[in-house]
Amino acid sequence: MSAKIDVKTYTGFRFITLLCLFILYAPLLVVTVYSFNASESITTWDGVSLRWYTDVFVGPESGKFQQAAINSFSIAIIAATTATAIATAAATAIVRGGTYHLRAPSLGLISLPIMVPEIVLAVATLIFFNSIGFTRGYMTILVAHTAFCIPFAYLPIQARMQGIEDTYEHAAMDLYATKAQAFRRILFPLMMPGIISGFLLAFIVSLDDFIITNFVKGAGVETLPTAIFGSVKQGLKPNIMAISTMLLGLSIVMVTISYFISKWDNTK
Amino acid sequence: MAAGAASGGSAASDTYAKVRHWLLMPSWLVLGFFVFAPVCVMVIYSFLTKEFRGGVIWDPTLAAYDQFFFDRGLFGDGDPTLQWTYISIFWRSTWQAGLATILSLLIGFPTAYYIATRPANTRALWVFLVTIPYWVNLLIRTVSMKFLLRDEGPLNNFLMNVGLINDPVHIINTNLAVQLGLFYSYLPFMVLPIYASVERYNFTMSEAAADLYATKWTTLRRIVLPAVKPGVIAGCILVFVPSLGAFLAPDLLGGAKNFMIGSLIEEQFKGNAGNWPFGAAASMVLLSMVMILLLIFSRQQRRAGAAA
Repeated sequence: MSAKIDVKTYTGFRFITLLCLFILYAPLLVVTVYSFNASESITTWDGVSLRWYTDVFVGPESGKFQQAAINSFSIAIIAATTATAIATAAATAIVRGGTYHLRAPSLGLISLPIMVPEIVLAVATLIFFNSIGFTRGYMTILVAHTAFCIPFAYLPIQARMQGIEDTYEHAAMDLYATKAQAFRRILFPLMMPGIISGFLLAFIVSLDDFIITNFVKGAGVETLPTAIFGSVKQGLKPNIMAISTMLLGLSIVMVTISYFISKWDNTK
Repeated sequence: MAAGAASGGSAASDTYAKVRHWLLMPSWLVLGFFVFAPVCVMVIYSFLTKEFRGGVIWDPTLAAYDQFFFDRGLFGDGDPTLQWTYISIFWRSTWQAGLATILSLLIGFPTAYYIATRPANTRALWVFLVTIPYWVNLLIRTVSMKFLLRDEGPLNNFLMNVGLINDPVHIINTNLAVQLGLFYSYLPFMVLPIYASVERYNFTMSEAAADLYATKWTTLRRIVLPAVKPGVIAGCILVFVPSLGAFLAPDLLGGAKNFMIGSLIEEQFKGNAGNWPFGAAASMVLLSMVMILLLIFSRQQRRAGAAA
């Protein structure tokens, strides 16, 4: 047994893995570093400074970015909250609703926004709003975001719920809890880690969306991605690096929270 | 991710069977009304006549599909010949997405394999490290790529300082930049499903192969790869499908010359071309391609599931 050769490891795989992580992080690190560049130009390095962060908040374009940030965050919060509530109800029906004919079609409908290519969904939504005479603007973005966030909120909630045995709610009901009480007092708290990750993922997906927003937004209504895109189209500027770094940091913080919630949950 | 699903519990529990339709109602309404219905309306639009300022006239026609596939001469009355303009855009997109997928596989497979063979307690951290970039805004990642690849960007500066090149390599606005951008955008999608497959792989099979004097590379090719094939296919689909309809990478990194499907479609609604039925028809062609791929994929997965 001791002479057994190692059949698992392959020379070079470790190197490729490190290369893979390097490729994934290098562009993000470069942008982060250059966002602290004091220089007016994005090419030459001129020492560390926070001037472009200040520029984002008080510079000439600050009004545009502030409005875009307000739109982005309010849409992301409302859309993610609504989508999470809808997804929680749906997951309860799918995981705790027994077997029935509409189960598979419902699952199919929920995963539809992930299956259809984003650009096709964008086209379809734009055409739809246009055909029913819905004026494009803040509301159209909000409605579209709520719809396509549902599967992202749904998946972690379903995964979590499948791991909870139904003995808990049965025990509660043996002690004369109603089904509503069993849900509110037993099942819902147990589902909480899944619900939180679902909400966070839906929030990030909404905050990140460019293609669908770009199609369904009205003239003059911008979210952060569409504002950044419009700005980049006119050339890369240092203030874009600063905004990007802030958004990047936010995403990383939220995914990290989500990671630790699931970790804390597994060790219990 | 897998932890929740793996821990079992009673699968077909029916505590809330009585109210299941009420619980599903909100998702049916929202998704039915704002996802399913729009796709249906899009199908209808692709068969309508275009109006010049964008929008449609309710007059059923096959004109949009005809324009996509056939060329009928300048006045539209010649004999139909195959129209290569749009077919070639689709072909180029397929090609670009394919190359990005192959590149992702070459980097993604060894990474997934390496992570899956780490000690159990560090695996989650490795997976987490691969996942983080995916959750960073795609636009920001594409902009970062643009910044990095510019002629006077950090990559060229670095290569010139090291002395590998004397003049900047022109990458931005080429096909290569688009491929790199797509590869970078969807690389995590390749790693995760392959990782999940390798993690379930029973390494005693590799030991058996080694006992029978198979070299390590033979073992990898003949034993490991067939066993983790479902994960590899899933990874390829997850990279190829979004790459095919991508808009940001070709638009920001490819410039005007490296048109892909996404840009073609966008132009019909946002740009000056303004032909909604044609845009709907092009979307339909893209959607059909993706649906066929997903169908083949789900049959493959079922067969793999039945074999296991």
